[in-house]
Amino acid sequence: MAMAALRRDGRRIAAPLITPHPINPLRSSLASSDREHTLLGVRSISTQVVRNRMKSVRNIQKITKAMKMVAASKLRAIQTKAENSCGLWQPFTALLGDTPSVDVKKNVIVTISSDKGLCGGINSTSVKISRGLHKLNAGPEKECKYVILGEKAKAQLVRDSKKDIELAFTELQKNPLNYTQVAVLADDILKNVEYDALRIVFNKFQSVVAFVPTTSTVLSPEVVEREAEAGGKLGELDSYEIEGGETKSEVLQNLTEFQFSCVMFNAMLENACSEQGARMSAMDSSSRNAGDMLDRLTLTYNRTRQASITTELIEIISGASALEG
Amino acid sequence: MLRHGPRFLLSRASAASMGWRRQFATDLPAETAGDSKFVEAWKKVIPNIDPPKTPSAYMAPRPPTPSTIPSKLTVNLVLPYSSILSGKEVDMVIVPATTGHMGVLPGHVATIAELKPGILSVHEGNDVSKYFLSGGFAFVHANSVADIIAIEATPVDQIDPNLVQKGLAEFQQKLNSASTDVEKAEAQIGVDVHSALNAALTG
Repeated sequence: MAMAALRRDGRRIAAPLITPHPINPLRSSLASSDREHTLLGVRSISTQVVRNRMKSVRNIQKITKAMKMVAASKLRAIQTKAENSCGLWQPFTALLGDTPSVDVKKNVIVTISSDKGLCGGINSTSVKISRGLHKLNAGPEKECKYVILGEKAKAQLVRDSKKDIELAFTELQKNPLNYTQVAVLADDILKNVEYDALRIVFNKFQSVVAFVPTTSTVLSPEVVEREAEAGGKLGELDSYEIEGGETKSEVLQNLTEFQFSCVMFNAMLENACSEQGARMSAMDSSSRNAGDMLDRLTLTYNRTRQASITTELIEIISGASALEG
Repeated sequence: MLRHGPRFLLSRASAASMGWRRQFATDLPAETAGDSKFVEAWKKVIPNIDPPKTPSAYMAPRPPTPSTIPSKLTVNLVLPYSSILSGKEVDMVIVPATTGHMGVLPGHVATIAELKPGILSVHEGNDVSKYFLSGGFAFVHANSVADIIAIEATPVDQIDPNLVQKGLAEFQQKLNSASTDVEKAEAQIGVDVHSALNAALTG
């Protein structure tokens, strides 16, 4: 029975059981494994290696757990802000309708992504949707440009659409998001980019585990007038009286800019929530994986340790019985 | 213990799905015409990826224009940071449009008004609540729903008159000593807002 166990362990360790030097039985098996590693090569090298792996996996588990807690607390803070701002874009959609299928010459796709990684697949989803919109709106006489917010989308889009990128902004989350910052950003974009339609791509936060890719469309004042004349959703726009400003186009211009900044503010908040939520679930699954790995490594470690103890015992006993007999 | 595993997981999963879901994600109204056109066009070009959702999927549809004038006006006052009033039924609101204060009653003609810094007063029965708005837009729809979007709105009783006077004096001084156009414009804006605040406190 002992020989059978020994043979089993021997095959697992894949090491020669007969050693060239006699082993001092008084030494502890762990110390012997270290010594044997240097003297003999293969016999119990696994315990030291396994121990190192266990230490590093344990550290990684601690780090990912801590990152999950940090993401959870950041999520709580920013979620209240996002919920409070959800009323901001609704009046605009109620007035101007939602026209994602509008057909214009100059499309600008504003992709919102995160700066930091380790947040699951949300940035790749945003980039896939942006590329899809680009393909959808490509055609003769039509051009489609990108404005990128966030480092991750920039890294992905620069690879194949470098010439289509107009502007890129990074490090937006250094200070907590507030409307003034977004208003300045929106102003920057509107001044530097010619557009007929702006399509903002972001991940809407539905729950901690669900993020829905969404796109909001903001039309330039000329296109709004054109669509209003053409009828359809914006057709009722003409029935609205305009108060303030000299001309209708001036008010429409202000309205468009205001709409863009409000929609951007909400989109950025929602994307930040999605980022923290995705990071939470990514870190959670990674801690769980590390825990599983640690369990498996512990089993391997114990088996190896017990096998080397058994080997030593066998040798002692066979040495003793050789002396007697 | 292993036999109980699946049952336990099932109850946990259903609890998680029922527990914390936001209203508008699940109660989607029927997709509007624009959306279905977009979805079809998307599916033709990019069949493998689901099309993104659009904002109208997340909004409850607005009530249609009634044939008779309703008795109350529904007001939504929203800021980037919070919705102060949402769906509140009131008798009248007075908004500070750039062309002067404008009263909005139920059945008001559909209007888009640009707002200047000033007081918004909400009348409901005998209560009048006054908010100082920093500027924004007001939409009045034909179905007697008024949306007022401003950047900041504070109730008038939370404004400190001393700070208003100090600010007014400071900005007037800046206006006098301003050299470039940008500085002049900034100082002018400061003077406008502070004088409006002043008028709000006294008037």
